[in-house]
Amino acid sequence: MTALAPDGARATRWRRRSVLPGFGLSLGYTIAYLSLVVLIPLAGLGIRSATLGWNEFWAIAFDPRVTSALELSFGAALVAAIVNTVFGVLVAWVLVRYKFPGRRWLDAAVDLPFALPTAVAGIALATLYAPNGPFGIALESLFGVKVGFTSFGVTMALIFVGLPFVVRTVQPVLEEIDRETEEVSATLGAGRWRTVTRVIMPGMLPAILTGFALSFARGVGEYGSVIFIASNLPYVSEIAPLLIVIKLEEHNYAGATAIATIMLVISFAMLFVINLLQAWSRKWFGHE
Amino acid sequence: MSEVKAPSSRRQKQAIGEGPLTRAALLGVALVFLGLMLIAPLLVVFVEAFSRGFGVYIDALAMPDTMSALQLTLLVAAIAVPANLVFGVAAAWLIAKFDFKGKSFLLTLIDLPFAVSPVVSGLVFVLLFGANSALGPVLDDMGIKILFAVPGIVIATIFITFPFIARELIPLMQQQGSSEEEAAVSLGAGGWRTFFLVTLPNVKWGLLYGVLLCNARAMGEFGAVSVVSGHIRGMTNTLPLHIEILYNDNKAAAAFAVASLLAMLALITLAVKTLLEARFAGSLAAQRRH
Repeated sequence: MTALAPDGARATRWRRRSVLPGFGLSLGYTIAYLSLVVLIPLAGLGIRSATLGWNEFWAIAFDPRVTSALELSFGAALVAAIVNTVFGVLVAWVLVRYKFPGRRWLDAAVDLPFALPTAVAGIALATLYAPNGPFGIALESLFGVKVGFTSFGVTMALIFVGLPFVVRTVQPVLEEIDRETEEVSATLGAGRWRTVTRVIMPGMLPAILTGFALSFARGVGEYGSVIFIASNLPYVSEIAPLLIVIKLEEHNYAGATAIATIMLVISFAMLFVINLLQAWSRKWFGHE
Repeated sequence: MSEVKAPSSRRQKQAIGEGPLTRAALLGVALVFLGLMLIAPLLVVFVEAFSRGFGVYIDALAMPDTMSALQLTLLVAAIAVPANLVFGVAAAWLIAKFDFKGKSFLLTLIDLPFAVSPVVSGLVFVLLFGANSALGPVLDDMGIKILFAVPGIVIATIFITFPFIARELIPLMQQQGSSEEEAAVSLGAGGWRTFFLVTLPNVKWGLLYGVLLCNARAMGEFGAVSVVSGHIRGMTNTLPLHIEILYNDNKAAAAFAVASLLAMLALITLAVKTLLEARFAGSLAAQRRH
Protein backbone atom coordinates (compact mmCIF):
# COMPACT_ATOMS: atom_id res chain seq x y z
CA MET A 1 0.00 0.00 0.00
CA THR A 2 2.80 2.37 0.92
CA ALA A 3 4.33 2.02 -2.52
CA LEU A 4 1.09 3.08 -4.19
CA ALA A 5 0.27 5.89 -1.82
CA PRO A 6 1.21 9.38 -2.96
CA ASP A 7 3.72 10.99 -0.68
CA GLY A 8 2.19 13.63 1.61
CA ALA A 9 4.66 16.21 0.31
CA ARG A 10 3.45 15.72 -3.24
CA ALA A 11 -0.16 16.34 -2.31
CA THR A 12 -1.93 17.98 -5.21
CA ARG A 13 -4.12 21.06 -4.94
CA TRP A 14 -7.39 19.15 -5.09
CA ARG A 15 -6.77 17.32 -1.88
CA ARG A 16 -5.55 18.31 1.56
CA ARG A 17 -2.26 16.67 2.52
CA SER A 18 -2.39 13.79 4.95
CA VAL A 19 0.23 11.57 6.56
CA LEU A 20 -1.99 8.52 6.17
CA PRO A 21 -1.20 6.11 3.34
CA GLY A 22 -3.64 4.44 0.98
CA PHE A 23 -5.21 7.42 -0.79
CA GLY A 24 -4.26 6.22 -4.27
CA LEU A 25 -5.23 2.62 -3.65
CA SER A 26 -8.58 3.34 -2.00
CA LEU A 27 -9.47 6.03 -4.56
CA GLY A 28 -8.55 3.76 -7.47
CA TYR A 29 -10.42 0.77 -6.09
CA THR A 30 -13.52 2.78 -5.12
CA ILE A 31 -13.79 4.44 -8.54
CA ALA A 32 -13.10 1.21 -10.45
CA TYR A 33 -15.62 -0.87 -8.49
CA LEU A 34 -18.23 1.91 -8.54
CA SER A 35 -17.84 2.25 -12.31
CA LEU A 36 -18.03 -1.48 -13.01
CA VAL A 37 -20.96 -2.27 -10.75
CA VAL A 38 -23.06 0.90 -10.88
CA LEU A 39 -22.05 3.61 -13.35
CA ILE A 40 -21.41 1.58 -16.53
CA PRO A 41 -24.58 -0.54 -16.20
CA LEU A 42 -26.69 2.59 -15.52
CA ALA A 43 -25.04 4.38 -18.45
CA GLY A 44 -26.08 1.40 -20.59
CA LEU A 45 -29.73 2.12 -19.74
CA GLY A 46 -29.22 5.79 -20.66
CA ILE A 47 -27.65 4.87 -24.01
CA ARG A 48 -30.40 2.39 -24.83
CA SER A 49 -32.99 5.00 -23.94
CA ALA A 50 -31.29 7.58 -26.19
CA THR A 51 -31.51 5.24 -29.19
CA LEU A 52 -35.29 5.11 -28.86
CA GLY A 53 -35.85 8.51 -30.44
CA TRP A 54 -38.26 11.16 -29.20
CA ASN A 55 -41.36 9.99 -31.02
CA GLU A 56 -41.12 6.43 -29.83
CA PHE A 57 -40.24 7.56 -26.31
CA TRP A 58 -43.23 9.92 -26.02
CA ALA A 59 -45.57 7.36 -27.57
CA ILE A 60 -44.64 4.93 -24.79
CA ALA A 61 -44.57 7.56 -22.05
CA PHE A 62 -48.05 8.86 -22.86
CA ASP A 63 -49.65 5.48 -23.33
CA PRO A 64 -52.66 5.63 -20.95
CA ARG A 65 -51.69 2.38 -19.22
CA VAL A 66 -48.17 3.73 -18.60
CA THR A 67 -49.34 7.13 -17.33
CA SER A 68 -51.86 5.55 -14.97
CA ALA A 69 -49.19 3.15 -13.62
CA LEU A 70 -46.78 6.07 -13.07
CA GLU A 71 -49.56 8.12 -11.47
CA LEU A 72 -50.35 5.25 -9.11
CA SER A 73 -46.69 4.66 -8.18
CA PHE A 74 -46.02 8.34 -7.50
CA GLY A 75 -49.45 9.07 -5.99
CA ALA A 76 -49.49 6.11 -3.60
CA ALA A 77 -45.85 6.81 -2.65
CA LEU A 78 -46.81 10.43 -1.89
CA VAL A 79 -49.76 9.45 0.31
CA ALA A 80 -47.65 6.80 2.07
CA ALA A 81 -44.82 9.29 2.64
CA ILE A 82 -47.27 11.82 4.16
CA VAL A 83 -48.73 9.17 6.49
CA ASN A 84 -45.20 8.04 7.39
CA THR A 85 -44.11 11.60 8.11
CA VAL A 86 -46.94 12.16 10.57
CA PHE A 87 -46.64 8.80 12.34
CA GLY A 88 -42.86 8.57 11.93
CA VAL A 89 -42.31 11.87 13.77
CA LEU A 90 -44.76 10.73 16.45
CA VAL A 91 -42.99 7.37 16.87
CA ALA A 92 -39.57 9.07 16.98
CA TRP A 93 -40.91 11.50 19.61
CA VAL A 94 -42.25 8.69 21.79
CA LEU A 95 -39.03 6.66 21.44
CA VAL A 96 -36.76 9.59 22.32
CA ARG A 97 -38.77 11.43 24.98
CA TYR A 98 -40.71 8.76 26.88
CA LYS A 99 -39.43 5.97 29.09
CA PHE A 100 -41.57 2.86 29.08
CA PRO A 101 -40.94 -0.87 29.41
CA GLY A 102 -39.97 -2.53 26.14
CA ARG A 103 -38.86 0.73 24.56
CA ARG A 104 -35.62 -0.83 23.26
CA TRP A 105 -37.51 -3.66 21.55
CA LEU A 106 -40.00 -1.27 20.03
CA ASP A 107 -37.07 0.76 18.76
CA ALA A 108 -35.62 -2.40 17.17
CA ALA A 109 -38.99 -3.25 15.60
CA VAL A 110 -38.93 0.02 13.64
CA ASP A 111 -36.08 -1.44 11.53
CA LEU A 112 -38.17 -4.49 10.62
CA PRO A 113 -39.07 -3.27 7.11
CA PHE A 114 -35.33 -2.81 6.41
CA ALA A 115 -34.52 -6.38 7.42
CA LEU A 116 -37.61 -8.29 6.30
CA PRO A 117 -37.41 -9.31 2.62
CA THR A 118 -40.02 -7.56 0.49
CA ALA A 119 -41.52 -10.81 -0.81
CA VAL A 120 -42.11 -11.97 2.79
CA ALA A 121 -43.71 -8.65 3.69
CA GLY A 122 -45.72 -8.85 0.46
CA ILE A 123 -47.40 -12.20 1.15
CA ALA A 124 -47.92 -11.29 4.83
CA LEU A 125 -49.67 -8.02 3.94
CA ALA A 126 -51.71 -9.74 1.22
CA THR A 127 -52.95 -12.29 3.78
CA LEU A 128 -53.78 -9.61 6.37
CA TYR A 129 -55.69 -7.40 3.95
CA ALA A 130 -57.34 -10.17 1.92
CA PRO A 131 -61.19 -10.06 1.94
CA ASN A 132 -61.15 -12.99 4.39
CA GLY A 133 -58.05 -11.79 6.28
CA PRO A 134 -58.34 -10.13 9.71
CA PHE A 135 -57.62 -6.57 8.50
CA GLY A 136 -59.65 -7.04 5.32
CA ILE A 137 -62.74 -8.10 7.30
CA ALA A 138 -62.30 -5.30 9.84
CA LEU A 139 -61.83 -2.59 7.19
CA GLU A 140 -64.85 -3.68 5.19
CA SER A 141 -67.23 -4.10 8.12
CA LEU A 142 -66.09 -0.96 10.00
CA PHE A 143 -65.38 1.49 7.18
CA GLY A 144 -66.71 -0.19 4.06
CA VAL A 145 -63.21 -0.05 2.54
CA LYS A 146 -62.44 -2.73 -0.03
CA VAL A 147 -58.72 -3.45 -0.34
CA GLY A 148 -58.79 -5.74 -3.38
CA PHE A 149 -58.88 -4.05 -6.80
CA THR A 150 -58.15 -0.59 -5.40
CA SER A 151 -54.99 1.41 -4.79
CA PHE A 152 -55.55 1.11 -1.01
CA GLY A 153 -53.44 -2.04 -0.71
CA VAL A 154 -50.60 -0.44 -2.66
CA THR A 155 -50.57 2.48 -0.23
CA MET A 156 -50.60 0.22 2.84
CA ALA A 157 -47.60 -1.74 1.51
CA LEU A 158 -45.70 1.50 0.82
CA ILE A 159 -46.43 2.75 4.34
CA PHE A 160 -44.86 -0.48 5.63
CA VAL A 161 -41.63 -0.16 3.62
CA GLY A 162 -41.22 3.60 4.10
CA LEU A 163 -41.83 4.06 7.85
CA PRO A 164 -38.26 3.45 9.13
CA PHE A 165 -36.83 6.13 6.83
CA VAL A 166 -38.72 8.90 8.65
CA VAL A 167 -38.15 7.53 12.17
CA ARG A 168 -34.43 6.89 11.62
CA THR A 169 -33.82 10.33 10.08
CA VAL A 170 -35.77 12.29 12.71
CA GLN A 171 -34.70 10.30 15.80
CA PRO A 172 -30.99 11.31 16.02
CA VAL A 173 -31.85 15.00 15.48
CA LEU A 174 -34.51 14.88 18.18
CA GLU A 175 -32.01 13.29 20.57
CA GLU A 176 -29.61 16.18 20.06
CA ILE A 177 -32.08 19.00 20.61
CA ASP A 178 -31.12 21.18 23.53
CA ARG A 179 -33.80 21.00 26.21
CA GLU A 180 -32.83 24.44 27.50
CA THR A 181 -34.47 26.22 24.57
CA GLU A 182 -37.70 24.45 25.50
CA GLU A 183 -37.32 25.58 29.10
CA VAL A 184 -36.71 29.15 27.95
CA SER A 185 -39.78 29.00 25.75
CA ALA A 186 -41.89 27.66 28.63
CA THR A 187 -40.49 30.26 31.03
CA LEU A 188 -41.38 33.03 28.61
CA GLY A 189 -44.97 31.87 28.79
CA ALA A 190 -45.40 29.73 25.69
CA GLY A 191 -47.80 26.84 26.04
CA ARG A 192 -46.59 23.32 25.27
CA TRP A 193 -48.21 23.20 21.84
CA ARG A 194 -46.70 26.56 20.95
CA THR A 195 -43.24 25.43 22.14
CA VAL A 196 -43.44 22.24 20.10
CA THR A 197 -44.67 23.87 16.91
CA ARG A 198 -42.68 27.12 17.08
CA VAL A 199 -39.44 26.10 18.84
CA ILE A 200 -38.81 22.37 18.29
CA MET A 201 -40.33 21.66 14.89
CA PRO A 202 -38.47 24.36 12.88
CA GLY A 203 -35.13 22.85 13.94
CA MET A 204 -36.28 19.41 12.91
CA LEU A 205 -37.73 20.47 9.58
CA PRO A 206 -34.72 19.47 7.41
CA ALA A 207 -34.64 16.00 9.00
CA ILE A 208 -38.40 15.61 8.59
CA LEU A 209 -38.22 16.67 4.92
CA THR A 210 -35.29 14.29 4.32
CA GLY A 211 -37.20 11.41 5.90
CA PHE A 212 -40.26 12.28 3.81
CA ALA A 213 -38.17 12.35 0.61
CA LEU A 214 -36.43 9.05 1.39
CA SER A 215 -39.73 7.36 2.20
CA PHE A 216 -41.27 8.74 -1.00
CA ALA A 217 -38.29 7.67 -3.15
CA ARG A 218 -38.38 4.15 -1.75
CA GLY A 219 -42.13 3.89 -2.33
CA VAL A 220 -41.95 4.93 -5.97
CA GLY A 221 -39.67 2.03 -6.90
CA GLU A 222 -41.08 -0.61 -4.55
CA TYR A 223 -42.11 -3.89 -6.15
CA GLY A 224 -41.93 -7.02 -3.96
CA SER A 225 -44.16 -5.94 -1.10
CA VAL A 226 -46.79 -4.44 -3.42
CA ILE A 227 -47.48 -7.00 -6.13
CA PHE A 228 -49.08 -9.61 -3.86
CA ILE A 229 -51.53 -7.23 -2.19
CA ALA A 230 -52.34 -5.05 -5.21
CA SER A 231 -54.31 -7.50 -7.43
CA ASN A 232 -52.49 -5.70 -10.29
CA LEU A 233 -55.49 -4.53 -12.28
CA PRO A 234 -54.36 -2.38 -15.26
CA TYR A 235 -55.38 1.29 -14.90
CA VAL A 236 -56.39 0.69 -11.26
CA SER A 237 -53.77 -1.06 -9.15
CA GLU A 238 -50.90 -1.74 -11.55
CA ILE A 239 -47.67 -0.04 -10.38
CA ALA A 240 -44.95 1.20 -12.75
CA PRO A 241 -42.28 -1.37 -11.73
CA LEU A 242 -44.76 -4.18 -12.44
CA LEU A 243 -45.48 -2.70 -15.86
CA ILE A 244 -41.72 -2.85 -16.59
CA VAL A 245 -41.72 -6.54 -15.70
CA ILE A 246 -44.77 -7.13 -17.92
CA LYS A 247 -43.11 -5.31 -20.87
CA LEU A 248 -39.97 -7.41 -20.36
CA GLU A 249 -41.99 -10.62 -20.36
CA GLU A 250 -43.52 -9.48 -23.68
CA HIS A 251 -39.93 -8.87 -24.93
CA ASN A 252 -40.88 -5.22 -25.36
CA TYR A 253 -37.45 -3.86 -24.38
CA ALA A 254 -38.17 -0.37 -25.75
CA GLY A 255 -41.26 -0.06 -23.55
CA ALA A 256 -39.48 -1.31 -20.45
CA THR A 257 -36.52 1.01 -21.09
CA ALA A 258 -38.71 4.08 -21.56
CA ILE A 259 -40.67 3.53 -18.31
CA ALA A 260 -37.44 2.77 -16.43
CA THR A 261 -35.85 5.98 -17.75
CA ILE A 262 -38.76 8.12 -16.59
CA MET A 263 -38.62 6.55 -13.13
CA LEU A 264 -34.84 6.87 -12.97
CA VAL A 265 -34.79 10.55 -13.93
CA ILE A 266 -37.39 11.38 -11.27
CA SER A 267 -35.58 9.26 -8.65
CA PHE A 268 -32.25 10.96 -9.35
CA ALA A 269 -33.93 14.35 -9.07
CA MET A 270 -35.25 13.19 -5.67
CA LEU A 271 -31.76 12.07 -4.61
CA PHE A 272 -30.40 15.47 -5.63
CA VAL A 273 -33.06 17.23 -3.54
CA ILE A 274 -32.27 14.99 -0.55
CA ASN A 275 -28.59 15.88 -0.80
CA LEU A 276 -29.41 19.58 -1.02
CA LEU A 277 -31.60 19.25 2.06
CA GLN A 278 -28.80 17.60 3.99
CA ALA A 279 -26.25 20.20 2.91
CA TRP A 280 -28.72 22.90 3.98
CA SER A 281 -29.27 21.13 7.28
CA ARG A 282 -25.51 20.83 7.92
CA LYS A 283 -25.05 24.49 7.16
CA TRP A 284 -27.85 25.90 9.31
CA PHE A 285 -28.31 23.36 12.03
CA GLY A 286 -24.91 21.69 12.25
CA HIS A 287 -26.22 18.17 11.90
CA GLU A 288 -27.34 15.83 9.14
CA MET B 1 -29.26 17.62 35.81
CA SER B 2 -27.24 18.18 38.95
CA GLU B 3 -28.44 17.25 42.43
CA VAL B 4 -28.64 20.86 43.55
CA LYS B 5 -31.42 21.42 41.07
CA ALA B 6 -33.30 18.30 42.12
CA PRO B 7 -36.06 19.93 44.22
CA SER B 8 -37.34 21.97 41.29
CA SER B 9 -36.89 19.23 38.69
CA ARG B 10 -40.44 17.95 39.03
CA ARG B 11 -41.99 21.28 38.26
CA GLN B 12 -39.46 21.88 35.49
CA LYS B 13 -40.28 18.55 33.91
CA GLN B 14 -43.93 19.54 33.84
CA ALA B 15 -43.11 22.82 32.24
CA ILE B 16 -41.23 21.28 29.32
CA GLY B 17 -42.95 17.91 29.02
CA GLU B 18 -46.46 16.94 28.02
CA GLY B 19 -49.20 16.25 30.54
CA PRO B 20 -49.80 12.62 31.54
CA LEU B 21 -52.92 12.35 29.36
CA THR B 22 -51.15 13.64 26.27
CA ARG B 23 -48.22 11.30 26.93
CA ALA B 24 -50.50 8.29 27.29
CA ALA B 25 -52.39 9.25 24.13
CA LEU B 26 -49.22 9.73 22.05
CA LEU B 27 -47.70 6.51 23.37
CA GLY B 28 -50.96 4.66 22.68
CA VAL B 29 -51.18 5.92 19.10
CA ALA B 30 -47.54 4.99 18.45
CA LEU B 31 -47.99 1.49 19.91
CA VAL B 32 -51.21 0.82 17.98
CA PHE B 33 -49.69 2.11 14.73
CA LEU B 34 -46.50 0.04 15.06
CA GLY B 35 -48.48 -2.98 16.20
CA LEU B 36 -50.87 -2.90 13.25
CA MET B 37 -48.35 -1.83 10.59
CA LEU B 38 -45.15 -3.68 11.59
CA ILE B 39 -45.78 -6.38 14.20
CA ALA B 40 -48.97 -7.84 12.70
CA PRO B 41 -47.35 -8.69 9.32
CA LEU B 42 -44.46 -10.38 11.15
CA LEU B 43 -46.83 -12.45 13.32
CA VAL B 44 -48.88 -13.48 10.29
CA VAL B 45 -45.78 -15.05 8.72
CA PHE B 46 -45.33 -17.45 11.65
CA VAL B 47 -49.04 -18.06 12.24
CA GLU B 48 -49.62 -18.98 8.59
CA ALA B 49 -46.41 -21.04 8.42
CA PHE B 50 -47.69 -23.37 11.15
CA SER B 51 -51.40 -23.12 10.20
CA ARG B 52 -51.41 -26.58 8.61
CA GLY B 53 -49.37 -28.14 11.38
CA PHE B 54 -45.74 -28.83 12.02
CA GLY B 55 -45.58 -31.69 9.49
CA VAL B 56 -46.53 -29.47 6.54
CA TYR B 57 -43.98 -26.91 7.76
CA ILE B 58 -41.15 -29.46 7.76
CA ASP B 59 -42.28 -30.92 4.42
CA ALA B 60 -42.20 -27.47 2.81
CA LEU B 61 -38.66 -26.88 4.04
CA ALA B 62 -37.46 -30.35 3.04
CA MET B 63 -38.75 -30.04 -0.56
CA PRO B 64 -35.88 -30.43 -3.08
CA ASP B 65 -36.83 -27.08 -4.67
CA THR B 66 -36.61 -25.36 -1.27
CA MET B 67 -33.24 -26.94 -0.61
CA SER B 68 -31.80 -25.85 -3.97
CA ALA B 69 -33.26 -22.35 -3.48
CA LEU B 70 -31.62 -22.18 -0.06
CA GLN B 71 -28.29 -23.29 -1.51
CA LEU B 72 -28.45 -20.71 -4.28
CA THR B 73 -29.39 -17.96 -1.82
CA LEU B 74 -26.44 -18.85 0.43
CA LEU B 75 -24.08 -18.97 -2.57
CA VAL B 76 -25.23 -15.56 -3.85
CA ALA B 77 -24.82 -13.96 -0.41
CA ALA B 78 -21.40 -15.63 0.01
CA ILE B 79 -20.18 -13.84 -3.13
CA ALA B 80 -22.05 -10.52 -2.91
CA VAL B 81 -21.38 -9.71 0.76
CA PRO B 82 -17.55 -10.10 0.70
CA ALA B 83 -17.37 -8.17 -2.59
CA ASN B 84 -19.25 -5.24 -1.07
CA LEU B 85 -17.33 -5.59 2.19
CA VAL B 86 -14.00 -4.95 0.46
CA PHE B 87 -15.53 -2.02 -1.41
CA GLY B 88 -17.18 -0.63 1.74
CA VAL B 89 -13.90 -0.63 3.65
CA ALA B 90 -11.97 0.97 0.76
CA ALA B 91 -14.62 3.66 0.23
CA ALA B 92 -14.90 4.40 3.97
CA TRP B 93 -11.09 4.73 4.30
CA LEU B 94 -11.02 7.08 1.32
CA ILE B 95 -13.90 9.27 2.44
CA ALA B 96 -13.26 9.33 6.19
CA LYS B 97 -9.48 9.73 6.18
CA PHE B 98 -8.85 12.11 3.29
CA ASP B 99 -10.12 15.51 2.17
CA PHE B 100 -10.40 15.98 -1.57
CA LYS B 101 -12.54 17.75 -4.11
CA GLY B 102 -15.61 15.92 -5.32
CA LYS B 103 -16.04 13.95 -2.09
CA SER B 104 -19.73 14.75 -1.65
CA PHE B 105 -20.34 13.95 -5.32
CA LEU B 106 -18.66 10.58 -4.80
CA LEU B 107 -20.95 9.98 -1.78
CA THR B 108 -23.98 10.72 -3.93
CA LEU B 109 -22.76 8.22 -6.55
CA ILE B 110 -22.33 5.55 -3.86
CA ASP B 111 -25.96 6.16 -2.83
CA LEU B 112 -27.27 5.72 -6.39
CA PRO B 113 -28.44 2.10 -6.00
CA PHE B 114 -30.71 3.22 -3.12
CA ALA B 115 -32.54 5.51 -5.53
CA VAL B 116 -33.02 2.91 -8.25
CA SER B 117 -36.11 0.69 -8.21
CA PRO B 118 -35.11 -2.98 -7.81
CA VAL B 119 -36.94 -3.80 -11.04
CA VAL B 120 -35.01 -1.09 -12.90
CA SER B 121 -31.76 -2.49 -11.45
CA GLY B 122 -32.61 -5.88 -12.90
CA LEU B 123 -33.58 -4.32 -16.23
CA VAL B 124 -30.22 -2.55 -16.44
CA PHE B 125 -28.45 -5.93 -16.47
CA VAL B 126 -30.94 -7.45 -18.91
CA LEU B 127 -30.12 -4.58 -21.29
CA LEU B 128 -26.37 -4.98 -20.69
CA PHE B 129 -26.09 -8.73 -21.13
CA GLY B 130 -29.28 -9.55 -23.06
CA ALA B 131 -29.46 -11.21 -26.49
CA ASN B 132 -29.90 -7.89 -28.34
CA SER B 133 -27.18 -5.99 -26.47
CA ALA B 134 -23.62 -5.38 -27.66
CA LEU B 135 -22.19 -7.78 -25.06
CA GLY B 136 -24.82 -10.52 -25.40
CA PRO B 137 -23.69 -12.21 -28.65
CA VAL B 138 -20.00 -11.98 -27.65
CA LEU B 139 -20.66 -13.73 -24.34
CA ASP B 140 -22.88 -16.25 -26.13
CA ASP B 141 -20.03 -17.15 -28.53
CA MET B 142 -17.72 -17.63 -25.57
CA GLY B 143 -20.28 -19.92 -23.97
CA ILE B 144 -20.78 -17.65 -20.96
CA LYS B 145 -24.31 -17.45 -19.65
CA ILE B 146 -25.06 -14.51 -17.37
CA LEU B 147 -28.76 -13.76 -17.70
CA PHE B 148 -31.24 -16.36 -16.48
CA ALA B 149 -28.30 -18.02 -14.72
CA VAL B 150 -26.41 -17.71 -11.44
CA PRO B 151 -23.90 -14.98 -12.52
CA GLY B 152 -26.77 -12.60 -13.38
CA ILE B 153 -28.37 -13.14 -9.97
CA VAL B 154 -25.02 -12.49 -8.27
CA ILE B 155 -24.37 -9.29 -10.24
CA ALA B 156 -27.87 -7.92 -9.63
CA THR B 157 -27.54 -8.68 -5.91
CA ILE B 158 -24.15 -6.93 -5.73
CA PHE B 159 -25.73 -3.86 -7.36
CA ILE B 160 -28.66 -3.79 -4.93
CA THR B 161 -26.53 -4.26 -1.79
CA PHE B 162 -23.69 -2.06 -3.05
CA PRO B 163 -24.02 0.91 -0.60
CA PHE B 164 -24.93 -0.98 2.58
CA ILE B 165 -21.54 -1.56 4.23
CA ALA B 166 -20.01 1.69 2.93
CA ARG B 167 -22.99 3.65 4.29
CA GLU B 168 -22.61 2.04 7.72
CA LEU B 169 -18.84 2.59 7.94
CA ILE B 170 -18.44 6.09 6.49
CA PRO B 171 -20.27 8.08 9.22
CA LEU B 172 -18.70 5.94 11.93
CA MET B 173 -15.13 6.42 10.67
CA GLN B 174 -15.74 10.14 10.05
CA GLN B 175 -16.93 10.52 13.62
CA GLN B 176 -13.81 8.79 14.96
CA GLY B 177 -11.43 11.04 13.01
CA SER B 178 -7.91 9.99 12.04
CA SER B 179 -5.73 11.08 14.98
CA GLU B 180 -5.17 7.49 16.17
CA GLU B 181 -4.10 6.38 12.70
CA GLU B 182 -1.84 9.40 12.35
CA ALA B 183 -0.18 8.48 15.66
CA ALA B 184 0.34 4.89 14.49
CA VAL B 185 1.86 6.00 11.18
CA SER B 186 4.15 8.55 12.82
CA LEU B 187 5.36 5.81 15.16
CA GLY B 188 6.40 3.84 12.07
CA ALA B 189 3.48 1.48 11.43
CA GLY B 190 2.73 0.71 7.78
CA GLY B 191 -0.65 1.30 6.15
CA TRP B 192 -2.00 -2.25 6.47
CA ARG B 193 -0.69 -2.61 10.02
CA THR B 194 -2.37 0.66 10.97
CA PHE B 195 -5.63 -0.46 9.41
CA PHE B 196 -5.74 -3.91 11.03
CA LEU B 197 -4.44 -2.91 14.48
CA VAL B 198 -5.93 0.59 14.89
CA THR B 199 -8.87 1.24 12.56
CA LEU B 200 -10.48 -2.19 12.41
CA PRO B 201 -10.80 -2.70 16.20
CA ASN B 202 -12.49 0.72 16.42
CA VAL B 203 -15.12 0.00 13.79
CA LYS B 204 -15.62 -3.75 14.18
CA TRP B 205 -19.17 -3.60 15.61
CA GLY B 206 -20.37 -1.12 13.03
CA LEU B 207 -18.74 -3.28 10.37
CA LEU B 208 -20.49 -6.38 11.72
CA TYR B 209 -23.86 -4.65 11.63
CA GLY B 210 -23.21 -3.43 8.08
CA VAL B 211 -22.36 -7.00 7.02
CA LEU B 212 -25.53 -8.33 8.68
CA LEU B 213 -27.76 -5.75 6.96
CA CYS B 214 -26.04 -6.34 3.63
CA ASN B 215 -26.50 -10.09 4.10
CA ALA B 216 -30.19 -9.78 5.02
CA ARG B 217 -30.82 -7.71 1.90
CA ALA B 218 -28.70 -10.00 -0.30
CA MET B 219 -30.65 -13.06 0.82
CA GLY B 220 -33.99 -11.29 0.61
CA GLU B 221 -33.68 -9.35 -2.66
CA PHE B 222 -36.68 -10.00 -4.86
CA GLY B 223 -37.39 -7.46 -7.62
CA ALA B 224 -33.96 -7.27 -9.26
CA VAL B 225 -33.32 -11.00 -8.96
CA SER B 226 -36.79 -11.76 -10.30
CA VAL B 227 -36.04 -9.81 -13.49
CA VAL B 228 -32.64 -11.43 -14.24
CA SER B 229 -33.34 -14.97 -13.03
CA GLY B 230 -35.76 -16.48 -15.52
CA HIS B 231 -37.51 -18.35 -12.65
CA ILE B 232 -36.11 -21.80 -13.46
CA ARG B 233 -37.16 -24.11 -10.64
CA GLY B 234 -34.28 -25.85 -8.93
CA MET B 235 -31.82 -23.83 -11.03
CA THR B 236 -32.18 -20.05 -10.69
CA ASN B 237 -34.66 -19.85 -7.86
CA THR B 238 -33.57 -18.03 -4.74
CA LEU B 239 -35.64 -18.26 -1.54
CA PRO B 240 -37.70 -15.09 -2.23
CA LEU B 241 -38.50 -16.27 -5.78
CA HIS B 242 -39.39 -19.69 -4.43
CA ILE B 243 -41.81 -18.01 -1.99
CA GLU B 244 -43.50 -16.23 -4.88
CA ILE B 245 -43.90 -19.45 -6.89
CA LEU B 246 -45.34 -21.38 -3.93
CA TYR B 247 -47.72 -18.52 -3.08
CA ASN B 248 -48.96 -18.21 -6.66
CA ASP B 249 -49.44 -22.01 -6.76
CA ASN B 250 -51.90 -21.61 -3.87
CA LYS B 251 -49.51 -23.34 -1.50
CA ALA B 252 -49.76 -20.52 1.04
CA ALA B 253 -48.69 -22.60 4.07
CA ALA B 254 -45.55 -23.78 2.24
CA ALA B 255 -44.83 -20.24 1.03
CA PHE B 256 -45.08 -18.94 4.60
CA ALA B 257 -42.92 -21.81 5.88
CA VAL B 258 -40.11 -20.74 3.54
CA ALA B 259 -40.85 -17.09 4.36
CA SER B 260 -40.44 -17.86 8.06
CA LEU B 261 -36.78 -18.76 7.38
CA LEU B 262 -36.13 -15.29 5.97
CA ALA B 263 -38.22 -13.68 8.73
CA MET B 264 -36.03 -15.42 11.32
CA LEU B 265 -32.95 -14.11 9.54
CA ALA B 266 -34.46 -10.61 9.79
CA LEU B 267 -35.21 -11.09 13.49
CA ILE B 268 -31.67 -12.30 14.19
CA THR B 269 -30.28 -9.28 12.33
CA LEU B 270 -32.38 -6.90 14.43
CA ALA B 271 -31.63 -8.72 17.69
CA VAL B 272 -27.88 -8.54 17.07
CA LYS B 273 -28.21 -4.85 16.26
CA THR B 274 -30.17 -4.17 19.45
CA LEU B 275 -27.65 -6.07 21.58
CA LEU B 276 -24.71 -4.29 19.92
CA GLU B 277 -26.34 -0.90 20.50
CA ALA B 278 -27.02 -1.71 24.14
CA ARG B 279 -23.46 -2.87 24.82
CA PHE B 280 -21.43 -0.66 22.55
CA ALA B 281 -23.45 2.54 22.38
CA GLY B 282 -21.70 4.92 20.06
CA SER B 283 -19.75 2.31 18.12
CA LEU B 284 -22.64 2.03 15.68
CA ALA B 285 -23.35 4.98 13.45
CA ALA B 286 -26.32 6.93 14.75
CA GLN B 287 -27.87 7.62 11.42
CA ARG B 288 -28.30 5.34 8.49
CA ARG B 289 -30.21 5.28 5.26
CA HIS B 290 -31.18 2.32 3.16
